[in-house]
Formats: sequence, structure tokens, C-alpha cells
Amino acid sequence: MSAFSAIGEDRETDREEFTPGIEPQATWCPGCGDFGVLKALKQAMPEVGRTPDETLLVTGIGCSGKLNSYFDCYGYHSIHGRSLPIARAAKLANPGLEVIAAGGDGDGYGIGGNHFMHTARENHDITYIVFNNEIFGLTKGQTSPTSPKGHKSKTQPHGSAKDPVRPLTLSLASGSSYVARTAAVNPRQAKEILQEAIEHDGFAHVDFLTQCPTWNKDAKEYVPYTDIQDDDEFDFDTGDRMEAAEMMYEAESRLWEGEVLTGRFYHDADRPSYGAEKRSVGEMPEDPLAERYFDDDAQWERTADELIDRHT
Amino acid sequence: MTNDTLMWRIAGGSGDGIDSTSQNFAKALMRAGLDVFTHRHYPSRIRGGHTYVEVRASDEPVRSRGDGFNFLLALGDSFARNPQEGAYYGNEELKPLTENLDDLNEGGVIVYDTGQIEDDELAEVDLEARAEENDWHVYPMNLREIAREHGSDVMRNTAGVGATAALLDMDPGHFEDLMRDTMSGDILDANIEILEAAYDRVEEFDESHDLRVPTGTHDGEQALMTGSNAIAYGALDAGCRFISGYPMTPWTDVFTIMSQNLPEFGGISEQVEDEIAAAALALGASHAGVKAMSGSSGGGFALMSEPLGLAEMTETPIVLVEAMRAGPSTGMPTKPEQGDLDFVLYTSQGDSNRVVFAPANVEEAYEQTRAAFELAYDYQLPAIVIYDQKLGGEMRNVSTDLFDREPAPDLGATLTEEEIAEAAHHESGKFERFRHDPENGVSPRSIPGQKGGRFLATGNEHNKVGHISEDPDNRVAQMSRRARKLTSIREELDAKDSSHQTYQGPEDADYGILTWGSQQDTVFEAVDRLNEKGVSVKALGVSDMMPYPEAEVTEFLESVEECVVVEMNATGQFRGLTQRELGRFGPKMSSLLKFDGEPFEPHEIVEGVESSIDGGQPAPHNVKYVPAAGD
Repeated sequence: MSAFSAIGEDRETDREEFTPGIEPQATWCPGCGDFGVLKALKQAMPEVGRTPDETLLVTGIGCSGKLNSYFDCYGYHSIHGRSLPIARAAKLANPGLEVIAAGGDGDGYGIGGNHFMHTARENHDITYIVFNNEIFGLTKGQTSPTSPKGHKSKTQPHGSAKDPVRPLTLSLASGSSYVARTAAVNPRQAKEILQEAIEHDGFAHVDFLTQCPTWNKDAKEYVPYTDIQDDDEFDFDTGDRMEAAEMMYEAESRLWEGEVLTGRFYHDADRPSYGAEKRSVGEMPEDPLAERYFDDDAQWERTADELIDRHT
Repeated sequence: MTNDTLMWRIAGGSGDGIDSTSQNFAKALMRAGLDVFTHRHYPSRIRGGHTYVEVRASDEPVRSRGDGFNFLLALGDSFARNPQEGAYYGNEELKPLTENLDDLNEGGVIVYDTGQIEDDELAEVDLEARAEENDWHVYPMNLREIAREHGSDVMRNTAGVGATAALLDMDPGHFEDLMRDTMSGDILDANIEILEAAYDRVEEFDESHDLRVPTGTHDGEQALMTGSNAIAYGALDAGCRFISGYPMTPWTDVFTIMSQNLPEFGGISEQVEDEIAAAALALGASHAGVKAMSGSSGGGFALMSEPLGLAEMTETPIVLVEAMRAGPSTGMPTKPEQGDLDFVLYTSQGDSNRVVFAPANVEEAYEQTRAAFELAYDYQLPAIVIYDQKLGGEMRNVSTDLFDREPAPDLGATLTEEEIAEAAHHESGKFERFRHDPENGVSPRSIPGQKGGRFLATGNEHNKVGHISEDPDNRVAQMSRRARKLTSIREELDAKDSSHQTYQGPEDADYGILTWGSQQDTVFEAVDRLNEKGVSVKALGVSDMMPYPEAEVTEFLESVEECVVVEMNATGQFRGLTQRELGRFGPKMSSLLKFDGEPFEPHEIVEGVESSIDGGQPAPHNVKYVPAAGD
């Protein structure tokens, strides 16, 4: 029997299982978009069929990092920008785990930008949710990588001179095999997108627009928005990189003008995940590495037997 | 010291095969029953530029590179380049000869390749006069020509080894055996012909030197390896099956050895985007239930300070190795220094809660890497193995018995699902992973995927189930519990039969030398020489940097009148650590420091200690003497 009997457990789950009992009370501000992510994730997990004990949620720092306190599974609340490398290794160590990483726009596109690019490039089989509210919230309202050009804050009192990051375009160019954008103001789409992203076998990046009613008064711009999958105007092939790239570029440009396009932008179901690639070249064991440590029958080769001959 | 010990230096251009030739040479000597030690000197460039390797061999244990050397094999530099002009300007055939003469001992032997050296160039060197003055025995040989006759120019290393063997009365059969291990076909045939031709050619000389290779025997089977090899093998035997890293000299050696072997051992190696990621991956793998390591050198380790602190707070076990090179900043990439001790002890915010070991030699590198894994996983904290470029790169023979022990894949303080089911849970269903009460500070953990073991690991202060908490009582309880781990570890280490600390010299000696890391064995050699000269001195080589072996060092310092602390940095970091940890002995300790990019030679310690005892004579060239506080 596996040492990790929670993995692959065949049973019904409901969203209450992902609710951590009576404490702690969420400390997000009233009206915060982060509630929308939490709700969508709680609804998506039972649909995916995963249980809390077989799920590992790795978060960064900031309001988004608090997700781990309000969502009940195995959690690793790490440091600013570093959720992805931790999540990647956990997945390699035990591919049976459902590994989800989450962070904010500063966390994911700023300080963790390098990890984002390389995790996407390698196509690790993890889901990455970026709470994008275009502001640094927990540090009280500084300009973030996605803040609009001209945005005024205490750190850019004259208005930002920078064009914001284009998360979708960046994600596609970096190599993500699934890219979507959704918004807290549409719980149904958010749940569907998250479910699809979690089920996707590869790096699934969800740019999750969340309003910040306290520090980013422009949050109201997220309403109304358009679902590109529901709207005939946006007929394009989500499996075609060029068409997806064009659509992403348009969506990002329109966001800057105040119009919000959400939905699935890119989906490559054929590209093998990093773990599969690594296994195919013989760089990764067939069975989950973590299992070996609990397997009394596992053969642990001695260095002396294998390697010392080369030195004699 | 001249005729019972061979100190052979092969010099040439970086990229000309100096390294591999010296490795084979050392191995042949080891197979002939001798103890060997190699020292590498190389520039921070890929090809071209002066490089040399020294191989010291004796029928007695060799502890260091020794003082100077007594046999020079000078090959030309084929890739000489002027870095300022960026232009290739041809061979520098003479340089390996001229650059090395200063350290050649009296009575030494020189073989140099006359291949492309012009007579007028040679005339400028004044070799004859210098040779006469120093009683050097010079054997000019056209090694290139010999190599070309049977193969090609690049094989002149083999010709040089053949000439060496003949001049030292060595059996060339050892070299032939080694060639058969690594070569085949025409290349092998050509090299064997070259070896024999050069060997025979030496007969033309009227030999005047009396340097010969001593004969020796080993009790058991020997293996020749570097400190980097030993660290990697220690990790593998400790059950490490995950490594993540980013290349940086000299840590790259460990990373490369692990990457080449892990897939064969069913493990995973990841070369990642930067060192922050590297350490973070190790945390992720460890959290998911795998023994994991990462590492770097100075600048790369600086980037790891964030994940290092996270490991302490989340109590995620990891092993990091830090390979020191001369700093600050990028410093001197290929030169050793022991300048990162303070940094490694206190990197990251908050109170340090980590294990730091500084092995002294190849044996200790293996053993203490194993010990680092054991403690990291038993006590759920980061353990760091700090060593320097010298130890990482030097080759020594060690008994194969060292490696003859069972692998240790034990994950330490983890629970099975049955144990989790019986453990305390919060009413919300979360497992109480961070309980306050364990006496040794360790609250056993669950691994993601185990049923019923859910908890939150967080870099914030947290309560028993891992929820963020700023409650003052909880804070004090958690901090105190984590701090108890180091106390428990110290107690565990002190209770062991064998200590990581090593002693040399008579127990009742008047004077003491305190040292750490790669300088230990050089100090020990100096201690023997000092005692032979009638200076009553003993030494203690300390390996446990944190938790500090307070009792052992106190006892040692109390037993001596004065103590010289020998280390390879400019500010006496280990002396500072000792004073800080023990809170006294300031007036008893002086420092002998070297930070010119070269490790101590034994005579420098001998002279330094003598001058310290005499009352502060000037220390040898490039060695800094710092008197005791209050002196």
C-alpha cells in the first residue's frame, strides 16, 4: 500500500472539505476580489475530484498569500515571488500530488518574474493562479507591474512612466501550455477556468483579475467584462499560438483602455509536461520519488558499490 | 624532506590536459602504494594562461601540498592569449618553465619541453646560472617531437610522464594500465609508444640527481578523490536523491558529480534559473518527502539567504553546501579563502537556527556531509557544509573502507499515516505539526499526500497547526522550541564516541594552534615539525561551527599558555566566532592569517608560530600576524 493513501483516493468531495473550520477568519478587506478566487477554487476542487490531503497549495507573500490560510489542504506559504520553484520541486518529488501555486501580480510578474518565465518554459504540471489587482495591496497601495501607465501612488506620485506587464503575452511567449484570464466578478467562469487549468497536464497559468476596493479605486473597471468564448466577435483557435498571441495582445491592450476580455486564450493539450519529458530522457524515475522513502523494500544503492571503483 | 617525498609539479597552459595527466600520475603513485595529495592552481579562464598541478607523494601520510616542490615538468602553453588585447598571440613555450622556478626547492629536477623554444629566448632566462646556484638538475627534452613521431603534439603530456617515470625509476607499467582504463585503439597504442619512447630517451642523459620515488604499501584498498567527490558521495549515501543548483565555481564540481549520478540512483537533478530558485526547489522537494540538497559559492549563496531563513521558520530540512572562494563579491573565482564563515553562520533575517559543519579533508567531507543530512532531517532545519576551493579540488587517497557503510534514506522525524491518525489534531481537522512541547524541539511532520496530515508551513510565525499567529505567548513558545533543537544537537554530538574535532600534538603541550576547515591538515603537519624542533605545541581542528563545541574548545584553550588561530581570511573570522561563543580567551588568542589566494604552506605556520611565541616577529611573506587582544 502506498505511504500516501490520500493520493488518488476515489471518493466524492465537497467544497466544505476545503474550508478550514472555525478559524481563522479571513482578513481580506470587504469587497476584495480575493474572496472570488477562494470561492472559485473551493468550487473547482470537488469537480476535479481532488481531496484536501492530496493537494498542495504553495503561495507567495501578500494578500494573495493568505489564500493558504482560508483554503484547507497541505499548504506552503513561502516568500515573495518564490512559490513556483517550491511548487515545481514538490511536483517532481511526488507527481501524484495536485500542486497549485498562487501569488499576486507583484509577486508573480515582478519579484518572481524570472521563476514565472522558467516554470512556463519547462511546462511543469502545476496550476498557477495570479491574483491580479494591479496594485500592491498588503504594503498599502504601491504601483505594481500591472498598474496602468500614469498610475499615481505614494511611490510614483507623478504617475507611473512604465507600460504595464502583459501577463498573457509573456506567459505564452515563455511557454505556458495553458493560459487563461478570468475575474472575481464572474464566479461561474472563474470556477470553470480553474477546473480546466487544474485538470490540464502541463503548466496552466490563470491571470485572475481581482478588484482591490481599498487601494485601487479603478477596480470598478472590471465590470462589465466580456467572455471571449461566449462572444461570437472573438472567434479564434485557442490551440493556435499565433491566433492566441494576437488575441492576447488585443485583450491586454483593451484592458488598458478599460475593457475586460476574459476566457481561455491558449490551450495546448498535446505538449508533454516537464515530468513526462524528464522521464523520457531518463532524468526522472518512473515511480514517485517520495514513495521510495516510505517503502521498506526499496533498494538503496551504496555509493561504494557503484562509484568508488572509478577512483581506485 | 627531499628524497622521501616526491613533490612533482606539472605546468602548462590551461586546457592542455594538465589536470587529467596529473590525475593519472597521482593514481599511478597511489597504486604503487604511496600516499598522495594534489594541489591545483588555475586561472579563471577556459583555455590558455598559466596553470599547474602539484602531486605530492610519500610512503608516509601526506597532509598538505608541502613546501615548494622538487620536480618540475614544464610543458608549453598552447593557448596563450592576452586578455587585454583579446588577441591570440601564439604559444608561450617558455612560461611554464620560468613561472615556476621561484618555488623549486634546492636540488630539484627540471624536465622541460624544448619543442618550440628558441635558443635566444632561453638565453634570456639565465637557466644555467640559476641551476648551478640552486643545485637543480636540468633535463631538456624535445617532448613534442617524441609525441609527434608516434602520435600528435597534444600527447606530449604522455611523453613528459614517461620521462618523469624514467628519471624517478618508476615502473611505467602503472601508467600503461591507467591508459588502458581510459583509452582504446590507435590513441591507446600511440600513447603507449610515446610513454615508452620518452622513457627510453632518458637513457641519453647522464643522470646527476638523487631524487627517487619512495616505495610504499597500503594496508587496504585506496581510492583517489577530491573533496567535491566526497561531499557528493556522502550525500548519495545519506539518501539524498534531489539536487537543484546553478553553476558557480567551485561549487559546480559537487553539482556536476551529483547530476551525473543521480539518475542512475533513481534521483532527480535540476539546473535552474538562479540560486534563489535552487534553494527553493530543495525546500519543495524536501517538503514533499525527499532528501534534498542545493548549494553554491559566495555570491550564489547570498541569493539563497531568503529560502534559508524560510527553511528555519517552516522547519523544512535541507542541506546546503557552500564552497568558498576568495571574496568579497565575485572575488577570485578559482582561488581559495575561508572568508564566508560569518556570512554562512548568520545569513538571513532573525536568529540563526542551523547546523554548520566545516570538514577538514576528504574523509571528513564524506562523513560530515552524511552527518549534515542526518541532523537536518532528524531536527528539521537547514544544515550547511562549508568548505573551500582548496578542499573541493584537492585529490587525496582514502581507504575504500570509508565508504563501506549502509545508505541512510531515513527521513527523520516524520510520521506514518497510522501515527498521524493517533496524533493530536485541531478541531478544524488540521494536524498539530508544530507542537510546543517536544523536549528536543522537534515536532514530527507529515508529508503532503498522507491522509489526515494537513498543515500549513509558513515563513510567518505560526501556531501549532501552522496558522499565522502574532500571539506573544505562542511566539515565545515556538522560538524557544526551535532554539532547543541546537541545544539538543550539541548534546547529541557531545555524547557521540567520536567528535568531529581533531587533535594533533602532545596533550601537555605549552602552546596551542586552533584552526578550521581545509587548513587543518597543513597545521597538523606544522605541529609535527615544530615538536621535532623542540617547540611544545598542539593543535585542535574544529569542524562544528554551529552549534559550537564549547566544552571541547574551552578545555583546549584552558590547557595552553597561548594559542595561535590559523585561518585563510583577513579578519580572523573563526577567532571572532570562538571569542563570541566562549566569551573569554581574548587575551590568549592571536591570529595567523593568509588571504593572497594560496593556502598556507606548512613552513609558513612553523615560522608564524615561532615568531608569535618569540613575541611577534614579522610573519612570513603574505602572512598577516594579528596579536592577541590587549597585547
